[in-house]
Amino acid sequence: MTTAQLTAPEANALPADRGAPSRRHGRWREHAVQWLFLAPAIVYVVLFFAYPVVKNVLMGFQDYSTRTFFTGEAPWVGLSNYVTVVTGSLFSTTLVNTALFTVGSIVGQFVIGLALALFFRRRFPLGGVLRSLLLMPWLLPLIASSAVWKWILDQDSGVLNQTLLFLHVIPGPIPWLSSPDVALVAVIIVNIWLGIPFNVTILYSGLQDIPGELYEAASLDGATGWKAFWYITWPNLRSVVSVVLVLGVVYTLKVLDIILGLTGGGPANATQTLATDSYHRSFVDFSFGTGAAVSNILIVISLLFSLVYLWVSRRTVDE
Amino acid sequence: MRTTRTGALLGAALIVPLALAACSSGSGGSGGGAKALAVEDYFSEPNASVMDGIYKDCGTDLGVEVTSTHVPGAGLIAKVLQQSSSKTLPDVLMLDNPDVQQIAESGALSPLSDYGITGKGFADAVVQAGSYKGDLYGLAPAVNSLAIFYNTDMFQAAGISDPPKTWDELREDAKKLTSNGVYGFAFSGINTYEGTWQFLPFMWSNGGSEKNIDTPETAQALQFLVDLVNDGSASKSVVNWQQSDVLNQFTAGKAAIMVNGPWQFGALKKFPDLHWATAPVPTRTADQKAIAPLGGEAFTVPQTGNKDTMKLAGTFVKCITNDDNQKKIAAAEGDVPASTSVAEEVGKSDPQIAPFVTVVQNARARTALLGPDWPKAATKIYTAEQLALTGKASPEDALKQAQNSK
Repeated sequence: MTTAQLTAPEANALPADRGAPSRRHGRWREHAVQWLFLAPAIVYVVLFFAYPVVKNVLMGFQDYSTRTFFTGEAPWVGLSNYVTVVTGSLFSTTLVNTALFTVGSIVGQFVIGLALALFFRRRFPLGGVLRSLLLMPWLLPLIASSAVWKWILDQDSGVLNQTLLFLHVIPGPIPWLSSPDVALVAVIIVNIWLGIPFNVTILYSGLQDIPGELYEAASLDGATGWKAFWYITWPNLRSVVSVVLVLGVVYTLKVLDIILGLTGGGPANATQTLATDSYHRSFVDFSFGTGAAVSNILIVISLLFSLVYLWVSRRTVDE
Repeated sequence: MRTTRTGALLGAALIVPLALAACSSGSGGSGGGAKALAVEDYFSEPNASVMDGIYKDCGTDLGVEVTSTHVPGAGLIAKVLQQSSSKTLPDVLMLDNPDVQQIAESGALSPLSDYGITGKGFADAVVQAGSYKGDLYGLAPAVNSLAIFYNTDMFQAAGISDPPKTWDELREDAKKLTSNGVYGFAFSGINTYEGTWQFLPFMWSNGGSEKNIDTPETAQALQFLVDLVNDGSASKSVVNWQQSDVLNQFTAGKAAIMVNGPWQFGALKKFPDLHWATAPVPTRTADQKAIAPLGGEAFTVPQTGNKDTMKLAGTFVKCITNDDNQKKIAAAEGDVPASTSVAEEVGKSDPQIAPFVTVVQNARARTALLGPDWPKAATKIYTAEQLALTGKASPEDALKQAQNSK
């Protein structure tokens, strides 16, 4: 659009009585200008999106190790990295953990996020201040907040266990981060805390778009409270909901920092996901080939959800 | 072994722009007459200043200007890899000793024998850790290892006079020392190489080997740590503790005995009311020899392509590892000088470091048996430890599972 608008006056400025060759020349110029305007975007996309993705796909088929960095040699090994990864003893664990982590986080974030968004739609004193305070988890550096959460969840002296024990809610301290049976739950809880601001913000703005008259009209017909939510809010919010859910899934699949900060994938690999496994292979073991293979699997899974997102958003446009 | 997870993250951040750095490959080192040396290490304050002082003195001796870069913790290897691909390696590179063989294998380092450095008079483990396929590539001026630190006040209160020498004694003492809010024993059982490093004294002293961890000897060692946790003498949180966390437990008076190294002396001195002493890590039976892993930072000369500069860098490494500087570095970092004779001399005058002098003489390099394959074995060891400590598997099963995992 912009290109056409900008080039149009220039094309008109050409004298009309010029012959055919110059008209061809003008058209060529117009094309060149169009490409020039596109160039920065193309360069950017190629450099920062296409190159890393292609490189990562290629790395997945290479024996890319510490040696590669010095010699530049990365022998082609075909599918052997993928075979190593998929037949490895960790693969099923990481796959299940990734699924549980994603589903758990999304359900928690969404339900709490929606409840808070509905709550903040009512006008009350300090409502705006409280709503902006909700953004806090988003503003803190993840490494800092995971370090603090690590203290909070500490089995012996963590404030959470101390509080629960004081209130007699639990009979003994819960080994939040030190038991393989509980650690994944603990990590999910922290990730829910982290994801609430995103859900509240998007859902709240979705709620603002629903015209107030609908509720007024419905209340005349006796639809209030739960009924109003079910027949007015939910159908009107559906497109926003699908966007929140799909984006949430894509964001959650790749979560790395919070898990590294809290448990490092442990104890006994109980919180190892595809993302942490890929990180570990690449940046701790320096086996970049298998690390790339795991991250490619992760990318394909994310891509499937991105397709769902595109399909959903197209459908809502069609509606 | 002073790695932190934050460091690892930083490392990742450093390595990501790899492709970009590779495009802008500059010239390695200074061309022509070498009059400047670039040194890279991972020291942080206060040690970084001490090292800078030594670099400067060595530079003055050689008549060159020295610039140093201190890369945080585990970020170093990532940075080294990036530098090797862009041919911008420093003239002198410090590496954590278990990493030397892996980097030497990649071809990035030059043999120190080219510069007349043989490692003669250095502790065996120091030379072993710095060698790859028979050539010496890295030499550490000062080294460290692991021992137990115990709170002497708590020992007195519990009526224990001597530090434990055997596992049975340790187990019994730890039980006695455990009371409300205080654990008798603390160690790091985290799922990183740090956890492996702390398990090695128990495994090696009992005859276990990293070549195959599915053996009764290693199982016995693991069972011992599991018993301590099951007794309640050690916290279940050990699976999340780094060595710095272990130190915090000890300084906070929440642990009576801890496994740690002499580099913590500086941190411990900040607690004048805390009275402590050190002793070798106990062995299963009294007649076993305590074998602990060797820690410490080795200096190497990377292949930068400029023969003159590399030669100068070699002379520089010789200077850093001479007797005087060994003493200076050892004193600053709480380490033991790497030369046997210097270590013995220092041991005579400093009772706190004395136990470590013996420990280092008997220490073993982590890469001695497996070389560049050590990280794979190290991963198996901490995986097994985590499975057993969390009760997911018995020590035997955990070790079998980890040994057979790919």
